Amino acid sequence: MTYATCLACRECGREFPLEPLHVCDFCFGPLEVAYDHDGIQSKITRERIESGPRSIWRYIDLLPVDEDFIVDLNVGWTPLLKADRLADRLGMRELWIKNDTCNPSWSFKDRVVAVASSRARQLGFTTLACASTGNLANSVSAHAARAGMDAIVFIPHDLEAGKVLGSAVYNPTIVSVNGSYDDVNRLCSELADDRHWAFVNINVRPYYAEGSRTLAYEVAEQLGWRAPRQVVAPMASGSLFTKIHKGFQEFQRYGLIEDTPVRMIGAQAEGCSPITTAWRNETTNIRPVKPDTIAKSLAIGNPADGYYALKTMKRTDGGSTAVTDPEVVEGIQMLAECEGVFAETAGGVTIAGLRQAIETGQLDPDEATVAFITGGGLKTSDAVVEHVTQPIPVEGTLQSFEAAFAEAPEAVGVGG
Amino acid sequence: MSTRRVRFTFEGDAVKEPVIYLVGHEFEVVTNIRMADVEHDFGWVVLELDGDHDEIDRALAWVEAKGVRIDPVAGDVVES
Repeated sequence: MTYATCLACRECGREFPLEPLHVCDFCFGPLEVAYDHDGIQSKITRERIESGPRSIWRYIDLLPVDEDFIVDLNVGWTPLLKADRLADRLGMRELWIKNDTCNPSWSFKDRVVAVASSRARQLGFTTLACASTGNLANSVSAHAARAGMDAIVFIPHDLEAGKVLGSAVYNPTIVSVNGSYDDVNRLCSELADDRHWAFVNINVRPYYAEGSRTLAYEVAEQLGWRAPRQVVAPMASGSLFTKIHKGFQEFQRYGLIEDTPVRMIGAQAEGCSPITTAWRNETTNIRPVKPDTIAKSLAIGNPADGYYALKTMKRTDGGSTAVTDPEVVEGIQMLAECEGVFAETAGGVTIAGLRQAIETGQLDPDEATVAFITGGGLKTSDAVVEHVTQPIPVEGTLQSFEAAFAEAPEAVGVGG
Repeated sequence: MSTRRVRFTFEGDAVKEPVIYLVGHEFEVVTNIRMADVEHDFGWVVLELDGDHDEIDRALAWVEAKGVRIDPVAGDVVES
């Protein structure tokens, strides 16, 4: 049984039933799931969580889904790696990498879609839908296949074939919209009001967003039931960023971890940094931008939760960074070379943002820090293909190898 | 009849123009402002538009031509 009680407006507090709604009818503020905290408090313990499955569903008491409706692709419980070599490179004392590239469709979107698809099934939907240029469509298509639901995915007409493949293999209906990015936005917003489809990040968005909290739950548990002192997370809509903080707060509220402050530091690419720009200008008024960056998975020019991300930064004495595209590539390479984790461009933004936060004094290199890597590198291999190690060509003889190897000794460590 | 919930974002000179008044004057569309924050050179207004579907489309195209950005109230819904 879920402890979710209703949807509540984040602006005016009005309450609504647990239905496919996302905007307050009165003030048009965003809706968020509210819970019976006393009920959760009476039931939840570290032992109860530890005895659950090794997936996000170990936290089902904190999610807006009844057990009978779970769509289970074994999402979550991804590795938390102590990143000593990267910490050395950056001059840090304690750095951890939350490696969400290990999810079933290789990105953190599986967390939010797992919750959205499960709730959608509970609400009686038989079709999952989304508008996406990559990760979200992959995850929606995979979850629909797993659940035996229909999937309909809207993409811009000029999306590269390679990006469509990660969804197409699951056999969803793919609609290619002949128009601009904004046209796709508008069409899908209208369709969400018009069709009995669960658009995961529109009409069931309040449930979808809840899945991100599991990132914080896992980190706290994997750190031995404690919160880190600092977090660096990428920001697109800003939802992930605010929900990670909420996750730590909830664990503190329920007495699962100590009530220690967590400083929240956001990372964006300069070519799409409306939240960081507002932070630097000390305003909560976010000016929408036209994205122009290789970090496509963060390219949301008009972030729905940007205002709340700014409030989270302010409340936690946090910060915000914006990094250039070359810095994004460097970030991907640093993480791969130091820790063996191949991240997509959003991960490059996180690592480059982490470095910038240290350089600008927004992050204390001596405090325990967790950086969130939200998607796998093969999704954006184009970004680094020209920057990585090239093969040394040799003939199949020892003589040829020795001659070529002698000219490129830096390519391989000197061995016996 | 249909209803559309949108967010207008004004920058620069567009802030000074009575765009929302003119929508109601020039088109068969009823405007209903629900939230807003307007400064001297920037502002946004969240509003509901009631009218014939095609008439709302025409009104929104006219607003966009005035240099006003129009988004769904939920922000960008196309994600990676």
